[in-house]
Amino acid sequence: MSAEVAEEHGHGHAHHPLQCHQFEDMDQQNETYIVGMWSFLVTEIMFFGAMFLAYTIYRNENPAVFIQAGHLYLLKVPGGINTVILLTSSFTMAVGVYHAQKANRILQVVFLSLTVLCAFGFLGVKAVEWYTEIGLEHHLPGPGFQYKVTPEEMKEHLGTDTLPAAQASVPASKAQLFFCLYFAMTGLHAIHVIIGILIIGTLAIMVARRHPAAKYYMPIEMAGLYWHFVDIVWIFLFPLFYLIPKKG
Amino acid sequence: MSAADLPPGLPGGPEPVRPNYLNWSYTVRDWLLTIDHKRIAILYLVSISIMFALGGAAAAVIRAELTSPTGRMLESETYNKMFTMHGVIMVFFFLVPSIPATLGNFCLPLMVGAKDLAFPRLNLLSWYLYTIGGILALGAMIWGGVDTGWTFYTPYSSIYSNTNVAVTVVGIFIAGFSSIATGINFIVTVHKMRAPGLTWFRLPLFVWAHYATSVIIVLGTPVVAITLALVVTERLLHIGIFDPALGGDPILFQHMFWFYSHPAVYIMILPSMGVISEVISCFARKRVFGYEFVAFSSIAIAVFGFMVWGHHMFVTGQSLYSGMVFSALSFIVAVPSAIKVFNWTATIYKGQVWFTAPMLYALGFIGLFTIGGLTGLYCASLAVDVHINMTYFIVAHFHYVMVGGATLGYLAGLHFWWPKMTGRMYPEGWAKLAAGITFIGFNLTFFPQFIVGYLGMPRRYHFYPAEFQIWHILSTAGASVLAVGYSIPVIYLIWSLKYGALAGPNPWGAAGLEWQTPSPPPSHNFDTVPVVTWEAYNYEEDVDEQAEKGRESMPGVVGAIEEEQHRTHEH
Repeated sequence: MSAEVAEEHGHGHAHHPLQCHQFEDMDQQNETYIVGMWSFLVTEIMFFGAMFLAYTIYRNENPAVFIQAGHLYLLKVPGGINTVILLTSSFTMAVGVYHAQKANRILQVVFLSLTVLCAFGFLGVKAVEWYTEIGLEHHLPGPGFQYKVTPEEMKEHLGTDTLPAAQASVPASKAQLFFCLYFAMTGLHAIHVIIGILIIGTLAIMVARRHPAAKYYMPIEMAGLYWHFVDIVWIFLFPLFYLIPKKG
Repeated sequence: MSAADLPPGLPGGPEPVRPNYLNWSYTVRDWLLTIDHKRIAILYLVSISIMFALGGAAAAVIRAELTSPTGRMLESETYNKMFTMHGVIMVFFFLVPSIPATLGNFCLPLMVGAKDLAFPRLNLLSWYLYTIGGILALGAMIWGGVDTGWTFYTPYSSIYSNTNVAVTVVGIFIAGFSSIATGINFIVTVHKMRAPGLTWFRLPLFVWAHYATSVIIVLGTPVVAITLALVVTERLLHIGIFDPALGGDPILFQHMFWFYSHPAVYIMILPSMGVISEVISCFARKRVFGYEFVAFSSIAIAVFGFMVWGHHMFVTGQSLYSGMVFSALSFIVAVPSAIKVFNWTATIYKGQVWFTAPMLYALGFIGLFTIGGLTGLYCASLAVDVHINMTYFIVAHFHYVMVGGATLGYLAGLHFWWPKMTGRMYPEGWAKLAAGITFIGFNLTFFPQFIVGYLGMPRRYHFYPAEFQIWHILSTAGASVLAVGYSIPVIYLIWSLKYGALAGPNPWGAAGLEWQTPSPPPSHNFDTVPVVTWEAYNYEEDVDEQAEKGRESMPGVVGAIEEEQHRTHEH
């Protein structure tokens, strides 16, 4: 590709070694990359947004199901831990971006690696949660789905051992809908976490190995924007699934 | 005297030797790994033409089948697969990418005075995603087929259909990301890469149209992506939110699907409208009347286009009150389109009209789009739609806007910028003939469909009452003529690559920065950054002189242009 450009360059001035041929100066290049990343994040908002819409509609139609299933079965403590982990990872990412801008190589690697570590922690906690949901509780939608609410569980979580009439008639099928949404949305989020690990991990390795492209802070800043977005999606998911379904 | 003795540049003689984006390298690697927006546009042009041919072939099968009221050629399931294939290919793999990926990719950086798009490698990735998505979807539809219709309504698509839904949908999903990549690229390019002096209101309306299109792409495509992903998830993993047995709502699919697919039709038409603005002003030698109105109407269409999806669902049992709101908004969204038509007409009025082939296509657009748009208002009227929904009236309506509108605009743009892209003129006589045949064939194909739809012929049926047969036969006859009209340009455009008259930098005398480079342009577009001091469509002055004044410091380009002008035979 540089052959194509070198072939026909008409101007004689030298430019920054990291400047791509379509830009006039580095400022334009940096600003362009930022605008591009934000445009991409808008598409990601619309991507998740459609499922948030489905959640809203179904919750509106089936409040009893969402209150009961979420409150009884989604584990708030692991969910809370995950929230703290992700917020911490956003912090370490921001510090990593700062050090990238300051061209502190080692500190960049440290903080990017910490971010990746937090991401793995998040996935680990998620794995435990999902194991509980799928393996132990059989809440994965499909032929193996089971949903039964025992009086003991009701007493412990809802403070009563009889369900109000609306909740007593919640069929297992409707609870399955709740879990469909739960797995679909947290699954999509987890896929984005994995992608984030790949991107940030690759960047950390490139910086550590002094790859020439890694002298440029902009890719790390763009990865930072992406990671903060992943974090914000979780900040919405956590209350919606784990916290809001609360009695009263 | 043999061909080799002719001076370079005459038809049939040796190629001119000035390096340009086409001839600097002929290797496969330099084409498949290019980051030059112009080469990527050509790659897209080839892919999209192949897709159009395949979608057209499916249409031919449909039209052949419909000549008989008893469906003697195809099984019902095969017929379903045919119209699904036609719809999927034409919507997702032809109409959505057509103008943005070919003419937009080629012209947008030139029009804003940039060396390339903001993200050239993303542009190449976009083409690869399109190709991979296309191969997947085509493969699924040819080996086994899909019979859900291009609309993939649940629960048939998510649970009951036994055809290759998942693979097709994954192909469309991937192609959706191709579209998003193009959209992001265009938005960022228009914001950050305009030449000095090129303010928003000096931009060609083609750029405004593509900007509005890109906003729609960026906001809408992810929604259909996740919707289709959920259908695949439901098919493969039985994790579904559209399944009534789980308490899900199949109509939710329709809401989410149409939330993209209605704005998608504006993705298909807005770029075409941008082309029309360029073509009409050039061949009436007048600036576009009401420039700001046309520019803002593109934005208005993008905004209002997101508010009307429910007009595809009037008979699904959705609330009557929401139906009324959607109907009212659908009437409102027609207004900006009408504003454009009025402004184009006012542009032509008292202009010096030059009836070239692009202008013929553009004039055809104005008439046919108006018919299509007005019949859209019939469809948007709640009470009328109860009767005409799911009939051929709807089919005729959207073909008038999509073929009579978007495709004619694509052909207009292809002819208009052909000299710039290839450095060759196409044969004008044949082009005019093809335009006329296309216009006649199109009307003969689709006008009878309004009638037969009004009379009650349902969509997607290949069995029908015998009294409709005459209309179907007329329509099929028209389709044969239309096929001829489409085929002729394929022949002469390819012919012109070798034998067409050499084109100078500005054979039409058109305004716009793209005409201030040689034809074909060099890889880097402009030797020095152009400085724009003139308004858009400055046809009152000599466009080339105006650009000359802003171009003192571009000796390389000036020299090349002068050389061209000495060598070619200008009209």
